[in-house]
Parts: sequence; structure tokens; C-alpha cells
Amino acid sequence: MNYFDQDLTSLHADLVAKKISALELTKATFANLRQVDPQLGAFLNLNEDAALKRAAEIDAKGINPDNVMAGIPVAVKDNIVTKGLTTTAASKMLENFVPVYDATVVEKMRASDAIIIGKNNMDEFAMGGSTENSAFKVTHNPWDVSRVPGGSSGGSAVAVASGQVPVAFGSDTGGSIRQPSSFNGVVGMKPTYGRVSRWGLIAFGSSLDQIGPITRSVKDNAAALNMIAGYDQHDGTSSKQAVPDFTAGLDGNVKGMKIALPKEYMGEGIDPKVREVINNAVKKFEELGATVEEVSLPNSKYGVSAYYIIASSEASSNLQRFDGIRYGFRAKDVKNLEDVYVRSRSEGFGDEVKRRIMLGTFSLSAGYYDAYFHKAGQVRTMIINDFNKVFEDYDMIMGPVAPTPAFKIGDEISDPITMYMNDVLTIPVNLAGLPGMSVPAGFADGLPVGLQLIGKAFDESTLYKAGYAFEQATDVHQQTPKVGGAN
Amino acid sequence: MNFETTIGLEVHVELKTNSKIFSPSPVQFGSEPNANTNVIDWGYPGVLPTPNKGVVEAGIKAATALHAQIEKHTYFDRKNYFYPDNPKAYQITQHDKPIAHDGWIEIEVDGQKKKVGIEEMHIEEDAGKNTHENDYSYVDLNRQGTPLIEIVSKPEINSPEEAYAYCEALRQRIQFTGVSDVKMEEGSMRVDVNISIRPAGSDKFGVKTEMKNLNSFNYVRKSLEYEEQRQQRVLMSGGKVQQETRRFDETTGKTILMRVKEGSDDYRYFPEPDIPALNIEDDWIKKVQAEIPEMPGSRRERYINEFGLTAYDAGVLTQTKEMSDFFDATVAKGADPKLASNYLQGDVNAYLNENKVGLLQTDLTPANLAGMIKMISDETISSKIAKKVFKAIMAGSEPVKWVNDKGLVQLSDPAKLQPIIDEVLENNQQSIDDFKNGKDRAVGFLVGQIMKKTRGQANPKVVNQLLMTSLKAR
Repeated sequence: MNYFDQDLTSLHADLVAKKISALELTKATFANLRQVDPQLGAFLNLNEDAALKRAAEIDAKGINPDNVMAGIPVAVKDNIVTKGLTTTAASKMLENFVPVYDATVVEKMRASDAIIIGKNNMDEFAMGGSTENSAFKVTHNPWDVSRVPGGSSGGSAVAVASGQVPVAFGSDTGGSIRQPSSFNGVVGMKPTYGRVSRWGLIAFGSSLDQIGPITRSVKDNAAALNMIAGYDQHDGTSSKQAVPDFTAGLDGNVKGMKIALPKEYMGEGIDPKVREVINNAVKKFEELGATVEEVSLPNSKYGVSAYYIIASSEASSNLQRFDGIRYGFRAKDVKNLEDVYVRSRSEGFGDEVKRRIMLGTFSLSAGYYDAYFHKAGQVRTMIINDFNKVFEDYDMIMGPVAPTPAFKIGDEISDPITMYMNDVLTIPVNLAGLPGMSVPAGFADGLPVGLQLIGKAFDESTLYKAGYAFEQATDVHQQTPKVGGAN
Repeated sequence: MNFETTIGLEVHVELKTNSKIFSPSPVQFGSEPNANTNVIDWGYPGVLPTPNKGVVEAGIKAATALHAQIEKHTYFDRKNYFYPDNPKAYQITQHDKPIAHDGWIEIEVDGQKKKVGIEEMHIEEDAGKNTHENDYSYVDLNRQGTPLIEIVSKPEINSPEEAYAYCEALRQRIQFTGVSDVKMEEGSMRVDVNISIRPAGSDKFGVKTEMKNLNSFNYVRKSLEYEEQRQQRVLMSGGKVQQETRRFDETTGKTILMRVKEGSDDYRYFPEPDIPALNIEDDWIKKVQAEIPEMPGSRRERYINEFGLTAYDAGVLTQTKEMSDFFDATVAKGADPKLASNYLQGDVNAYLNENKVGLLQTDLTPANLAGMIKMISDETISSKIAKKVFKAIMAGSEPVKWVNDKGLVQLSDPAKLQPIIDEVLENNQQSIDDFKNGKDRAVGFLVGQIMKKTRGQANPKVVNQLLMTSLKAR
């Protein structure tokens, strides 16, 4: 079965009513996946035996009628560690790495009786915006298989967009949940920094990384975030802020909501067809009774530069542990200690990862720190101040997710700067630690275009409320892609 | 030419916490390799450090003992370098905003007191240990993540003797806070030194050389003495001192070149993003400071002024916190301070040396020591009996009960002693005659006879008095 006709609410009702068992649902999920995924490559490895066993256990104890995630198949990006299930971060460096512990979000999935189907392809160590940087396979966009799925959570977005699973979990450091969600016509939430524990997320940019759900509908997304959000004693940067029920308040009512539209998000470099989709979305919100006004985020243009320094600097340090000593890949026939380090890392990492390690190492070096890393931190503060100022007067910010729809596989991979500019609209949100969501807003030449909603810190609820109202007022989310689609 | 010497010390002290600084693994010396580790200590993908509150509190205590300013807004940094005993390839330390700065401690050399400034004190994690055997290298991560404080002196130490005194004073003050065992032999205190010399009166420091991981205070002094001489010879012969790291050879007493430093290492420090900055509130500082035990200087003054001990005795008793605490507890149980001091420095110390144990490893308690001393003071037991009682209390016996059970209470009642004296005199007419003829040693013989009859329990003072009176009456 595919998941185009059902959402979590209806699946849950069927499970509770025993119209279908968790085991049957899991089996059907794998059956469909085997049909669909060979054309798309959303999964790196499957968890079939364990998933079937778990489903049978959940059936045996019964589906909890108060837990909408019970018995639901989910997919997990491969940079989130899963005990006993190979976790590679799409890197040769971790090709055969089997973690001995679960990420906190995975523990929560298990505790909620969600069933982990497999691990999704991604850009190596989450570095990239097309999933082309995977060491293992290419992932195709189900709307046009000659195009990229976006990235880095490309596999997770495709798994949902092609109806293979109802929920997948990705990570977002500079747009890695929102941009592939936009490219695949699904709902993707990057929660507030600190909302979801990072324990067990293989670190890329520690001050930016955040795990979040990708789903076909806003309500499903809110339910999935309910499952994983909350303070974790294993993560000192996770927040003790109370976690509301994100599915509450989804009533379609945005009357009186004050929405800001940054002019920088609609200007030069934005594909006119993308702009048109966003303008239509603005009209829709106005029809629904919200006010939308143009504002300025003057420093957002420096976001990409600051981000690539901060994220790469943190990454250069985070990725040093992959040294060939304790786990993961080690080069053969090494002569001495330095040889272990140099050759293991030279052979284990891909080009983009090496590029960022070098950029980050340089930015932190004595004599360059002040001009690069320190300066980037100052820019970050200015970007935060820009957002704070807008949020004094507005409830939410909106704009496109990415400047263009999905591009062709191979088109940008050799041009890192163009690739980096893809993140220009998502990066400021990570720098400021704010929640950001991509909601399907329309199509440009048959390719999905996402609308980005940006909220105040810890105010994911407003994004869900607005996203739900927009979704219910349009039919965009009812479209299905060519591969995996109903026809 | 006259030279001035400038010495700097960087002292690492291992904190005595139950768990590691960023992981729940236990901190323990001497366990099986890698027994005290978990995924955090292994630097596994996806793990995060969670700071141990106890480490921050220990830092506050140590900073207070060093009279240092506590930085209320402090954070951790990463120090990046590759080495197999460093599993994350970065050490979490404090570079930019250490928890404390600008402190001082007082040292004393040849009766001269001097304040030595502390530049800064920071908190950091220790690395693991590499060992090499049979063509293999082994990594033991038990020590990885053990909390450390590093104390950096100001360049205000001007002789190897002062460096030695600084180490002693530092060790003592830290030990008295209770945050560390500060045992050089177990590596819970490690010392790096650097030294430079310059022509007297010059306003520029000379080029310094450094020696790392010296494992006794004596080696600190000896290596610095050697380096001081060596640098003088180099300069006097027209040469230049090179910035280099040298190793102290304990057998020859010389320092040997290890590597020349060219510029400084680039550790690419940056703020640790996984740990939010700490905001140390005044209330917290006050609460933690209230838990700090009395420092040795204050104890010494109290011993001299309140108990009438000599400065020397007060100094010996405050060498270690355990001795000083034991002394205070013994006095609190009612023992005469001078007697308690004498016993601890004399018989107790001899026992510890002979058996090679620490004070707290014995069965002696302050209550039992005080019990014995009180019996000596009120003449319940003689000093001769006290020797036996001492052995008993070292074996854990309660002295009053033990003395009663053995019937060793001193005989001081004249009514009971007089008949014994009379009996001895009856049987020793010769001694009475000798006494009358001026031979004083007859008295000693008679006392000996009396003591023998009372199995040593007679109070010698009372016996003497009664005996003299009886003799004169005959």
C-alpha cells in the first residue's frame, strides 16, 4: 500500500478498529517500498526483520487508542543513530557502522510504538542540498526522476512524497528538511533550536542542527513533532520550555494574524515562477483574513557567508573524531599513526565534506579566526536582531523556501557556490535558532514549490495553525507525484 | 653578570568527583583498562557532553582557596588536536573565559613570606592514556573525561626554591578544600614548569624553556636549578637560549632537549557549541563557599593562639587536611591540645611510618585517642600504662573500657598505697640504712619494688611522696 489516501488519523482509526494490524501494515509498507524505491533510492538500508518483529509485538499488546503513532511505519535519516541498525550518514567513513545506542528521538519512537522501516539516503554528513553527495546512491525526485530531491534530507522527503511511509525524520542545519520538502511537495518542520534533543544526531553544525518531521499533511507533522519534542538531560542545549500539543488549535482560522513578507526573500535571484506561487499564497492568506505586509531583513544577505563559516568550522571539529582509530573506516596498509589519520580521512570522506573541513579549519586558524569565525558570529547576532525586530510587530514571517524548484541531477554539483545559494532563504532561520516550516504551495512547470513559514522561538504552534489553514484552503497537497503516485 | 630568574608553573589537579566531567562514567584510579567508559568517553558519533555540576562547584572552591576572582559568565572552548588518547580529537577546556582569574597564594622561603599571583584557573577534561607493548599500541580511556583544574601562575616566581614552596602551598590549599587528593604519585597533581633568565635590571623577559609532567616537587626544584645554571652558561658563553621543551632526566639530574618550539601550536580554539555558557549566580557561589573547610593558615593561627602550640607544631599538624582534621576532632573530644599534638606527631606518626599507612587507614579514632589522653591528664593511667593503651587504641579498642577490663587503672589512693610501701620497707632494711647514709639511689630501688608489687599501676608521684615521708619517719 502507499500512503496517499490515508493520514495518521485514518491509519490510527483503522489500527484501533483492527481493520488492519500493525504487522499487516508493516508488511504492506515493505511490499510497496520494494516496488517504488528502486526507481527513487530513498532508502540506504532497511530494517525489515526487526520491524516485522516489533509490529507483531505491538499487535500482541494492542494499539493504544490515545497514541496516534502506535504501529505507524516511519523512516529515519541515516545520520540519526539507531541501535543495532547500520548508520552511515551516507559516508564511506561509516559504511559498516552499527551503533550501540539509540538517539533520543529514536528512543521516543520506540517508546511510542512507531515502527522504524529503514534509514534514508542523504548528503554525506548532511552536507549538501541535493543528496548527490551520498557516498552510496543517487536519490531521484518522484515528480521528475531526472531531478534532485533536494537535500540533505532528500531520502526522507522522497520516502514521504512517494507514499512509501507516512512520516520520516530528517535533520536541518541550513535548510536540509525544508528545501527537500519544498522540492518534493511535502510538509517539513525545522523546530526551534533546542526543541528536539540532538543526542544521537551525528553532529554537523552543532549550534544549528535540529531534527524534525517530514509528512504529507500539516496535522501529521504536528503529531510527529509531539512524539519527539522535549527536554533531554543528554543534550545540554535542549530546552526546558513546556511542549504544547502541536495538533491543538488547527482550526483553519488565521483571521487577524499578522504576517511579514521580507522583501529580500522575493527579490533578485528568486525564480519568477516561484515568486508567483508565493504571491498566490499571500493572496490566499489575505482571503483567509490575515494581513501580510512587506518588511526588511537587511542582514539576511550575509547569512550564507556567515553560515558556511560557522557550520564548516563546527563541522571541521565535529568530524575530527572520524580518525580511523576506534570505529568506522580505516585505510589499509598504513605505515604509522599520521598515515592512519591522513589516509583514512582522505579515503573515507567525500569531496564536499573535505571542502567544508578545509574551509572550517581555515576559518578557525590563528590569524584568521577574527576575520572569519568571529566576524561570522557578529553577523549571526545582527541576523537574530533583524528577526527580533520583525517579531515585535508580526506573528509570523513567510516567503519561499528555495529560490528555484528542483534542479536537474548533475547540474549544480560541480558548482558549490550556486549550490550554496540554494540555502539563502533557509539559512537565516538556523542562524537565529527559529522554527521554520515548508508547506506545499503550488507548482512551477509541474514541480512542487514550498511556502516557508518562520515563527518566533518555540512558537511552532503558530506555524502549524497557519500551515493547516493554508493547506485546507488549497488542493496542492492532494497532488501526487509520477513515481509512487496513484496512476 | 647577575641574572634574574623568572619561573612560571602550570599545575593540573584532578578533581575528586564521583563521575566524569561530561559523562556519567565513574572516576576511579586503578580499574581495568576501559572499564570506566561509555559512548561519551569513546567520542562516538552523535554523543553530547553534559557538564557535571559538581565540577563547577569544585572549581568555585579551588578558586576561592586561591583568592581568585570567579568569572560569573564562563564557558567552555574546544582545543583541537589529533591523538589516539583524545577520542573526539578535541579537548573541552576553557580558553577565553576561564572560571577564575587573578588570584594569589602565600609562600614562605627561609622565613620570608611572599605572595605569588595566579593568572587564571580553568576547568577541563583529562585525556586517556596510550601504552605501547610488543609492537602494539593500546588506548585506555578510563582517564578520558576525568575533571581537571589547571592553575597558571603569574611570572612572579624567582627561584627554584620559590617554585618548590609554591607547589607545596598550592598542594596544601587545594587539599584543604577537599576537591582533590592532590597525589603526585597517582597523577592527581601534575606540574609543568617554564623558566627564563635575564640580566638583572632588564625590562624584557628572556627566552623560556619548558619541562612538562614533572612527578615530584623535588624534580621541579632540581630541574629548575639545572635549567637556571644551563641557561646562564649559554648566555655567559655568548649563546642564545632557544624556546624549547626539555625533559628532566631523574637519574642524571640533567635536562635533555626534546623539541624546539617554532611559533605556537594552532589548536583552533572556539566556543564549545554543545554546552551553553554558565551563569554562576552569587547565591550559588556563597552556598558553595560556605562548604569550604577552614584553610591551613587560619588553622595554624588558631592552634598557636587558642591552644598554645608552637609555630612548628602548628605547621606540622596542618601539613595535611586529614591530620589537621584528626587533631581538631581529638581536641573537640576533650583531649589536651598539647598532648594530642605530641601523640599525633610522635607515636601516631611513628606507627604510620612503620606500617606505611595513612592516618585514615588505621583503626584509630579521635574519640579513642582523646579517651586515652584524658586518662593520662587526670592520672587515671601512668605514662607507662599509656604505652600499652596506645597499642590497644591503634587496634581499635575503646581505651576506658580496655583499661578497666585489664585492671590497669593507676593506683593513687594513699590508703591503698601505704600498706604496700610499709611492706616493702619491712623487707628492705638494707635500703633504709643506705638512704639514711645518704645513698639516694636506694630510693630508686624501693620505688621499683613498689611498682613491681603494683604491676606498674602505682602513681609514681604519690608513691614518691609517701615513700619519702615513710623513710624520714623510720
